[in-house]
Amino acid sequence: MTTAIRVRGFSHYFGGERTLRGLDLDVERNEILGIIGPARSGKSTFLCALNRLNDLIRGSRIEGTISVDGRNIYDPDVDVVELRRKLGMVFATPVPLPRSIYENIAFGPRLAGSHDRAGLDATVKDSLEKGGLWAEVRDRLDSSALKLSGGQQQRLCLARILALKPDFILLDEPTSGLDPISTMKIEDSLRKLKKEYTIVLVTNNTKQAARVADRTAFFLNGELVEVGPTARIFTAPADSRTDDYLRGKFG
Amino acid sequence: MRVDPRVEQRVVGALLWSMTVVTVAVLVFIIAFVLKKGLPAVDWGFLVENPVDMGKGGGIFSTIIGTIVLTAGAILVATPLGVGTAIFLTEYTWEGPVTRIIRFGAECLAGIPSIIFGLFGFILFVTKLKFGWSILSGSLTLAFMILPTIIRTSEEAIKSVPPGFRTVSFSLGSTKWQMVTRVVLPSALPGIVTGIVLSVGRSIGETAAVIFTAGSALRIPASLFSSSRTMSVHFYILAREGISMTNAYGTAAVLIVAILGINILTYYLMHRFIRKYS
Repeated sequence: MTTAIRVRGFSHYFGGERTLRGLDLDVERNEILGIIGPARSGKSTFLCALNRLNDLIRGSRIEGTISVDGRNIYDPDVDVVELRRKLGMVFATPVPLPRSIYENIAFGPRLAGSHDRAGLDATVKDSLEKGGLWAEVRDRLDSSALKLSGGQQQRLCLARILALKPDFILLDEPTSGLDPISTMKIEDSLRKLKKEYTIVLVTNNTKQAARVADRTAFFLNGELVEVGPTARIFTAPADSRTDDYLRGKFG
Repeated sequence: MRVDPRVEQRVVGALLWSMTVVTVAVLVFIIAFVLKKGLPAVDWGFLVENPVDMGKGGGIFSTIIGTIVLTAGAILVATPLGVGTAIFLTEYTWEGPVTRIIRFGAECLAGIPSIIFGLFGFILFVTKLKFGWSILSGSLTLAFMILPTIIRTSEEAIKSVPPGFRTVSFSLGSTKWQMVTRVVLPSALPGIVTGIVLSVGRSIGETAAVIFTAGSALRIPASLFSSSRTMSVHFYILAREGISMTNAYGTAAVLIVAILGINILTYYLMHRFIRKYS
């Protein structure tokens, strides 16, 4: 196991509010790291710190370092556009862009200047296959992505970031609005994808972390309470707050 | 005492219905009146012949050309300026005192009577910059007049693009400019075009600002520095100086049909565009 993301003394602020408090956390290559915790515990903020999406929010400020493949991503000379391609992100609500299924997948590659039709066709097919959507949409790639069901839209969003050929997949409660069958399909895809990608999965469904995460981290009030192998966290948590949360005493 | 909800429903319904009827009736009456008075004067010759004898005879060809050129000039200048300003205000700066001042300024600009724009254009473009009474002076003046409308409608259209589209675009590795051009503008286009169409209507119908800046020459304009007469100015002069009421109404009828036509065509094109993008 090698460390792909190394977080050290990382704090984050929105205006005067401290939303992450001195995090130290490693993400190993080709693992699924699950992050659980109640609402407003800083899970999503942490995820958006990894690809610097927080930069878009006014009053966002950080301390500490996050190194991805050995490089501090908050260095002033880091190419943020490149960084975001490397760490693809799926959001809680699927947001298909108002264009065809094909154009949604081809959006990222086109941004990067890829215009070769045969190459794009191959990328679209490959991404949709990996995202587990190809069989359902292969005959209607030109129809609007807005016509897909919620579960299909979320798999489209997953496929869309795979087309970026990222190294990391960040997922922010990706199944929170989906039915159990759609959730199962996404989880199946994730298990297959971790062979090629490093995955960070934020979820408000602790059972989901138990099902798919190799290691699980528990966040509370912007702090990392503990992190460890999923089986250990769920059977023998070291911290009583983790135990309380998992037993449903709060959250 | 409470009014019986069914009575209330019926009274309010009737009231609102009659208000709508009055509104539509006024519109229909104006259009019907102008067309009835004007259409008899309009034939093919009226459209393709130049005015003769100050407009007493002949057609209105040169004023149609004048209207098209002047309006096109105004739109060509105002659209990039207005849409650019709207993009800056919404995407490239945080909301703050500066944006509020800019927005307030634009709003004040929208409230200024057009004759003031005419006077301003006359002093700045016609005399100070020595463009004379010309297409150029007239177009620039009209451009400033319609700028607030374009800024305002473009800003509203851009703001109504779901924020999620921007986040997604960024997360897929777009630069801000790529995000604006590939995601925000296509989604905002129907609203932006609506603003432009409104502005076309205002430009075509504008008289006061044009008469001071583009003059009222009846020749077909030869260059940007030629004076020119628009249809609305032509109508004004024909009616005001009692040259020919028949031809005045004829001009008005052509104006109204043109504006209706532009609106219908735009909304047709817009529907096709929206269907393609969603």
